[in-house]
Amino acid sequence: MIRATESIRGRARRRSRADTLAGLLWTAPWWLGFVLLLALPLAFSLYISFCDYPLLQPPVFAGLENYKQLARDPTFGKVVANTALFSVVSIPLATGLAILLAILLHQPIRGRAFFRACLFVPTIVPLAAAGLIWMWMFNPEFGPISAALRAVGATPPLWLGSPRWAMASLVIVSLWIIGSPVVIYLAALGDIPRSLYEAARIDGAGPTRQFWHISLPGLSPVILFNVIVGIIGAWQVFALPYLMWRTQPGPDQATYFYTMYLFDNAFIHLKMGYASAMAWIQLLIVLALTGFVFWASRKMVHYRA
Amino acid sequence: MSRGARILTYLALAGVSGAFVAPLLWMVSASLKPAREAASTALLPDRPTLRAYQSIIGIHAAPTGAADESQTSRDAGRFNYALYARNTLLILVLSLAGVLLSSSIAAYGFARLEFPGRKLLFGVCLATMMIPFPVIMVPTYMIFKQLGWIGTFLPLWAPAWFASAFNVFLLRQFFMSIPRDLEESAMLDGCSRWGCFWRIIIPLSTPALAVVALFHTLTVWNDLVGPLIYLSHPDQYTLALGLQFLQSRSGDTPWNELMAASTLIILPVVVLFLLTQRLFIEGVSSTGIKA
Repeated sequence: MIRATESIRGRARRRSRADTLAGLLWTAPWWLGFVLLLALPLAFSLYISFCDYPLLQPPVFAGLENYKQLARDPTFGKVVANTALFSVVSIPLATGLAILLAILLHQPIRGRAFFRACLFVPTIVPLAAAGLIWMWMFNPEFGPISAALRAVGATPPLWLGSPRWAMASLVIVSLWIIGSPVVIYLAALGDIPRSLYEAARIDGAGPTRQFWHISLPGLSPVILFNVIVGIIGAWQVFALPYLMWRTQPGPDQATYFYTMYLFDNAFIHLKMGYASAMAWIQLLIVLALTGFVFWASRKMVHYRA
Repeated sequence: MSRGARILTYLALAGVSGAFVAPLLWMVSASLKPAREAASTALLPDRPTLRAYQSIIGIHAAPTGAADESQTSRDAGRFNYALYARNTLLILVLSLAGVLLSSSIAAYGFARLEFPGRKLLFGVCLATMMIPFPVIMVPTYMIFKQLGWIGTFLPLWAPAWFASAFNVFLLRQFFMSIPRDLEESAMLDGCSRWGCFWRIIIPLSTPALAVVALFHTLTVWNDLVGPLIYLSHPDQYTLALGLQFLQSRSGDTPWNELMAASTLIILPVVVLFLLTQRLFIEGVSSTGIKA
């Protein structure tokens, strides 16, 4: 009897070892990449963030020097402030607009697929082309936006060339690329049970109250998801401002963002240690903000059981 | 819905749709203007011409002696559409095979194999999606530099052969929705794990694989940072990088050519989107696209 259990246990152990091996083999395409392309680079980056490393010479350990320099670097302060401002302005605007558009698209009318396609197409446009198109749109001389403003008698601003309007211009462009959140909200609206709205109607709730008490709570998990994606995205903003302001440097660094400065430090000034310190601070900022949003929203997000 | 509300909804949707599409229409309109006329506020070209396109794709119209003709031919060859498209497609094909194979194998491992530590590993996989790309930009560059890969296409496609967290997540969710019975009975008949994966799961998962392929195609088409960091020779430029290069000299590149080049870059992906719209929208709404 004892021997029998032991042999079963032995077989189970052998089986579990075989299972583990099979599991590790099957998932290898992911975890090998995780180790080689993420964990190792991250560790390497942490190490060189404590080094003076001008790329062409070997890294020299410098302790906290890079981090101390960053704390004193006015450009670093500027890019952090710009990036924070961009997220604070663009994320709420994008959330509001995306929900509004999703609600419009959710109405039972004909031609919804057509409108949805129109709203999604800009999201497909490669950023290199989007940057060019909007440089044209915002051109103070012949751009359609300025022309339209002049036509109604207003004096158009310099847009991209004006420190005050440069950031606003970029926010406008970012709102143009809103297809994904709209489609995600649209799907989430479709998942809210119709019976909830019917019950509300019977109780005499109008469209506004239905929105605040049914739609918004129903959307809340998706809002949380989109806000987090938005935060991570905002700290990575690079291609659009890089394209739109590269040839004509941003006015007063008004659109100089975190990732652009990191890129410049690494690949223009070849300060690899300094750029790596920036990278680690970026990682910590994103993790802290995400953690904060999760914590702050814990009572506002309703998960359906 | 009342009639008034319906009309308002229509008006709002038509207005917003128009505003979203207008920049693209202006782009096409500007691309059809002659160089001298391009930088004007006119909505439509007076005399539409394909000259900008001819110059972009390297077909030269017979010179007619017009003043802007010499300008156009001097700029020709700067933006080599055929070459850049070939480079972009090469990177796309080499990476797409890797993306599909590696992600589906890893996703099958997470969806079907029971092994200790699976949950933890999958949790780590999900968590890595939160790490912004710029964080590893510098060390990744160093690694590829050590490998001698700078100035080649390798850094742009080889990493795709390691499954990305996003695709693993997307495919795992799909594989989990396939009933296990098929595989169980196949295994009773002596089918191996690999056989189940290759002959049952993969054929049943074409919609999910198509979504992965679509997203990847857009990512490659859109990618600017990768080519910017790793490619140095103009002969290797991708479409996005070539356009950026053309634009960075916008002082002497006429707007009609910039807009023609933009139109040619946008057209393939917009057509792809329109053809696969349903699949695409389903893919985005079930996962969220990588923005």
